[in-house]
Amino acid sequence: MNGTRKHETPKHPDLEKLEDGRLVLNMGPSHPAMHGIVRLLLTVEGERVVGSDIEIGYLHRGFEKTCENITYNQCIPYTDRLNYVSPFINNVGYALAVEKLMGIETTARCKYIRVIMSELSRLTDHLTCIGANAMELAAFTVYFYLINAREELYRLTDSVAGGRVTPAYTRVGGLTRDLPPDFKRNAAEVFRKVRRNISDADKLLTRNRIFYDRLRGTGTISREDAVSLSFTGPALRSTGVPLDVRKATPYLVYDRFDFDVPVGSNGDNYDRYLVRMEEMQQSMRIAEQALAQLPDGPINHPDFNVSLPPKEEVYGNIEALMAHFKLTFEGVKPPKGEVYQAVEGGNGEVGFYIVSDGTGRPLRLRVRPPCFALTGGLSKMIQGGYLADIIATFGQVNMIGGELER
Amino acid sequence: MSSYLLDTLKARFTDAVLATHAFRGDETAVIRKEALAEAAAFLKKELGFDFLMDLTAADYLPREPRFELVCHFYSSAHNYRLRLKCPVPADDAAVDSLTPLWAGANWFEREVYDMFGIKFNGHPDLRRILMYDGFEGHPLRKDYPLKKRQPRLPHKD
Repeated sequence: MNGTRKHETPKHPDLEKLEDGRLVLNMGPSHPAMHGIVRLLLTVEGERVVGSDIEIGYLHRGFEKTCENITYNQCIPYTDRLNYVSPFINNVGYALAVEKLMGIETTARCKYIRVIMSELSRLTDHLTCIGANAMELAAFTVYFYLINAREELYRLTDSVAGGRVTPAYTRVGGLTRDLPPDFKRNAAEVFRKVRRNISDADKLLTRNRIFYDRLRGTGTISREDAVSLSFTGPALRSTGVPLDVRKATPYLVYDRFDFDVPVGSNGDNYDRYLVRMEEMQQSMRIAEQALAQLPDGPINHPDFNVSLPPKEEVYGNIEALMAHFKLTFEGVKPPKGEVYQAVEGGNGEVGFYIVSDGTGRPLRLRVRPPCFALTGGLSKMIQGGYLADIIATFGQVNMIGGELER
Repeated sequence: MSSYLLDTLKARFTDAVLATHAFRGDETAVIRKEALAEAAAFLKKELGFDFLMDLTAADYLPREPRFELVCHFYSSAHNYRLRLKCPVPADDAAVDSLTPLWAGANWFEREVYDMFGIKFNGHPDLRRILMYDGFEGHPLRKDYPLKKRQPRLPHKD
């Protein structure tokens, strides 16, 4: 909000002139550059934004309320729909939170596969963000280069999980299925194509006069403001704070890989763009190391109270049959307690706070969506800038409606 | 198990800290709601907790006090997390706002107000955020039915 001056709401939804000559301009909710649906009520003086009010809630589906009424494993398909451009990270974060609540650890192979899928998801997230951002700033070719790369990654994840956008790949204590036999070879081939497409996009964008001018110095946020506004992810790192959950509090097996956390220095859109470009290279680096180290072995937790027993056991063994029935109908039963588990999503820290009352359903399931804090800080980032800069800033905030409003 | 952080909090707020525990390694202090803003300021200024990572609530109906406000803090300097909870009774569902300390608390508190009906004293702009004006009730309360219908609103010009 713009300081002490109260924000006026226009009586007419199109535009209205206030007494002192400022204009109230309505941007969204259905505007081509408002990915998903968000409404910005802007007060402008000429081309300058002097005040803004951001209205969200058009995509609220009651994720948290729904999850209080279903079993732990039934929540997993819903987590896909939080951030639908990086669904694996949500799957993994949620499964990790429930496993932490139960005090169990998954098998080594499962951890490696989760890391690989998370990094593929981070790639698709950043590719979408930069591609869409470039398209909105009129670099349409780049959009196709990056979306083609994303499509290759989607095909790869599809071959693993059986779904492009909504894979529902993890289960509490394991995964739905193992990697397909030719995954390593396919992944190497896909990474080659993705590297080529990113390099092409890099040549077209990074030193492009128009793109540079649109991003450099726009949407600037200071380090102090970013910390105060709970920013995480590329938006925080662009201001120079090297906070990455994968490095700070390593989960899964992230401490076994060699990778860098790129940081910016100015906290503007161009730095956010550069941070994302470098993070994609680092993601592929992590995925390649994980593929090289990938151990053999089972992917599911051996305890039948955690993960479903194999089908041949269910049909031939009464214990397994009972476990199968109990797990399906009542769900896994973590002890009473509460945990918070954070993972590094495409946009920043994705946190799951789960309270268990000892039954098969969560008493409270809270998601800490990274772009909620980012969108909350958007007013600050566009304040004083030009109207046209909102497009660049909003693109780099990478708001994902499903995650923002749950 | 003793923790430097929880011991410091207990020593500084002797009367206000109701309980401390560390389930699965998540250090938690339960504190009186009157002392929340002061304790959060202490965490920020003295103990280096510069991030308010999350602020939410939970409804424990039929327990009394019914609600619990849950804050997750993170210190980037010490790479440490801490959870602060405070019980909030239904008949006095109001807590001091953390917006003077963290600008990011603004939207988190609006969401808690929207979903649970807990008010925040000193919040600059406490409105609904995910639901619309005219929505009846607070959806994440346990006594809000899962499939409740809302009244139709008249068309606004």
